[in-house]
Amino acid sequence: MSRPDTGQTPVLRLENIVKTFPGVRALDGVSFAVMPGEVHALMGENGAGKSTLMKVLGGIHQPNEGQIFVEEQATVINTPLEAKAKGIVFIHQELSLAEELSVAENIYLGELPRKSFGRVDWNKLFAETNEILGKLNVSFDAKARVGDLSIANQQMVEIARALTVDAKAVIFDEPTASLTDAEKVVLFDVIADLKSQGVGIIYISHRMEEIFKITDRISVLRDGQYSGTLTTAQTNEDEVTQLMIGRSLDLSRNVSHGELGDVALEVRGLSCGHLYQDISFEVRRGEVVGFYGLVGAGRTEIAETLFGLRDPSAGTILLDGKEVRINSPAEAIAHGISLVPEDRKGQGLVLGMNCRDNMTLPQVDDLKAGPFVAEGAEVAIFDQYRDRLDIRTPGWRQLVGNLSGGNQQKIVIGKWLSMHPNVLILDEPTRGIDVGSKSEIHNLIRDLASQGYAVIVISSEMPEVLHVSDRIIAMYHGELIRTFSSEEVTEDNLIQAISGIRSDKVA
Amino acid sequence: MGALSKFEIGGVLARQGILIAFVLFMIAFTIANQRFLDPDNILGVIRSSAILGVMALGVTFVVISGNLDLSVGSMMSFSTIVVLDLHDKIGPALAIPAMFIMTLALGALIGFLVGYLKLNSLIVTLGMLSAIHGLTLTYSGGKNMDIADKAGTWFSVFGQGSILGIPVPILIFALLAAVLGTMLAKTPFGRKVYAVGGNGVAATFSGIRRARVVFMCYLLSSFCVATAGLIQASRSLGSQNTVGQGLELEVLAAVILGGASLMGGSGTIFKTVIGVLILGFIQNGLLLVGLQFYAQYVVTWIIIILAVWLDIAAKRGRLWSPIA
Repeated sequence: MSRPDTGQTPVLRLENIVKTFPGVRALDGVSFAVMPGEVHALMGENGAGKSTLMKVLGGIHQPNEGQIFVEEQATVINTPLEAKAKGIVFIHQELSLAEELSVAENIYLGELPRKSFGRVDWNKLFAETNEILGKLNVSFDAKARVGDLSIANQQMVEIARALTVDAKAVIFDEPTASLTDAEKVVLFDVIADLKSQGVGIIYISHRMEEIFKITDRISVLRDGQYSGTLTTAQTNEDEVTQLMIGRSLDLSRNVSHGELGDVALEVRGLSCGHLYQDISFEVRRGEVVGFYGLVGAGRTEIAETLFGLRDPSAGTILLDGKEVRINSPAEAIAHGISLVPEDRKGQGLVLGMNCRDNMTLPQVDDLKAGPFVAEGAEVAIFDQYRDRLDIRTPGWRQLVGNLSGGNQQKIVIGKWLSMHPNVLILDEPTRGIDVGSKSEIHNLIRDLASQGYAVIVISSEMPEVLHVSDRIIAMYHGELIRTFSSEEVTEDNLIQAISGIRSDKVA
Repeated sequence: MGALSKFEIGGVLARQGILIAFVLFMIAFTIANQRFLDPDNILGVIRSSAILGVMALGVTFVVISGNLDLSVGSMMSFSTIVVLDLHDKIGPALAIPAMFIMTLALGALIGFLVGYLKLNSLIVTLGMLSAIHGLTLTYSGGKNMDIADKAGTWFSVFGQGSILGIPVPILIFALLAAVLGTMLAKTPFGRKVYAVGGNGVAATFSGIRRARVVFMCYLLSSFCVATAGLIQASRSLGSQNTVGQGLELEVLAAVILGGASLMGGSGTIFKTVIGVLILGFIQNGLLLVGLQFYAQYVVTWIIIILAVWLDIAAKRGRLWSPIA
């Protein structure tokens, strides 16, 4: 139990929550408490039970055992509406806004102020909305169309919606996943503001820097069990990681170089409309080239061009010294290019398909016994990469959608490794996956390089690019600002390069 | 714990609801009318389901690939009218391949529009439902089509013949189900159909040529429609222009009853065959208990709604859910 010894009443307290699904004990006796004016981090690997716990709080699942207390009143939450009525408000990772409606209509959806004959009182609506927006210090007004706002501003609309009810506890689920650094600052201000008003905040994130910057206490789940609560000011990343995975983690700079081979991929003067311009670089066998930059800097678009998903407007692509034109993913695959895409669930996997079939999908035409798919050969491929990548699944028949994020990503990586590519591109290979799998994937990337693969890693996480790359290409607004060798790169000059500060441009 | 067991019963109902409902129907019909389980009646139901069944096999591919085909009913009318007309003009041996080519051309057109131009399949096939109906009427001049010498043609074998006591329509249905079932379950093409329907973007990112797969599904569907038209024409040796009208919904009902998801990515040929038989037995049972024939249109609609609801309920694991 984790009741701090202050005299205050927790805004929200969970006692011994158990939730089982057929065959799984998703939550196994979870207890923790959120105090008023506290930012309480909830951490744990994917599959540790965070999402289930949130669904219990949000009235989507009913716990099999245990009690929820709101301000020490025992409470049963049957529906999301009841959760809101009791002052428990969620800011979801995936936004749920009506894009065609105005900010004000979204905020007061379902409870628009009325005049006589049921007409909407627009003046009152916009005035009240602007009052709330004023508190959040945002750049748009009540009449703006939500679809025209950036993701960050849409998130502000969600937060504004939370402020219309008398929120006792606000739960943020990976709120910074798609925010820029400047937008994060605004978000953290808002959280600080909520905090000063005595609201209790549950903050779910995988990002350690954020956790240590803004939270007061950290509760950790592991395998559905409560594994402890730490006071942020008195702990460190190592201790948190140990609670999460039961061991500590090495994220030191990787400086061991293997022998570099021939140039596998060369790109000369590649442009694609306004997305990126005049990009030139090369990748040798045995080398990991990291692409670092902000979201929208053009990195993913370059990968998509190399994979035949976009037509370049100028420039040439050379594979093993020969110029090629790549018009479709099928052609890219035939040229030996593999792409582990950015959006695992949307682009990487067929979630309703089993593990084996997902893994062999790109080569299903080549694995044939007569007119049929050679299922034995498929199982052999699956077994090989399950062992090599340590994929945790009961068997190949398991649907990919039932695996944790880390294991899903390993299926995608296995799928492309089994194609034995000449050039392997990984776009945000560890986004949204737990620390344990993350470090395994980092080690794998280094292994692949030492085995002679030419690897491109695109990432928005600086520790990641620094950790795995031999060279780092910094991009800003569609331009290649500078290529750093691992000797000359520092966090400072890298941040400068991707922020458009180009005093020391070398390229 | 009372709430929990209620929840579990709901879950079982949600997952197995269609089978449970089917068994209840069968028991009720058997009690109401002794003739229901008569072997002749059973064989009769299967034979009269064969046309619908053959069409449902093709539509299964289309639905698993994540699309709809509402044009199969009017396309079947087209095939029937064309083959009957050509029978007397160029003889059955040439009429059959000619009709297949024309029907496949219609399937190819739909496949091109939905696959390569990426137009919404609901709009395209709903439009084709009407367009093909117009084409049929233009072709026939609105008149019924009849074979002149009904007694003296071998053409009647597909609809009226039998081999070893089993009616030929049932044999065609069974053979086609076996071939297409194997194709869907065992070949690379079948695997790609599931991938395209399950997640078209991920399929593209895996190098699958999605447009080609969708195109092939519509071509297969039109092949099945042509086969159904052949059986229909051969059985009656004469036909109205509207013989297949409304069949598109019954076919869809059978496919969904079998458990294929309208979202794509799931379903099997075996399940579709089960769906066809369920629909056939329920309609037959209702006739035997004295329901008017025309009431079947309403019943079919109710069955579709039930099937769609249970499909969604099975995914949620309960009959009702606060979230979508």
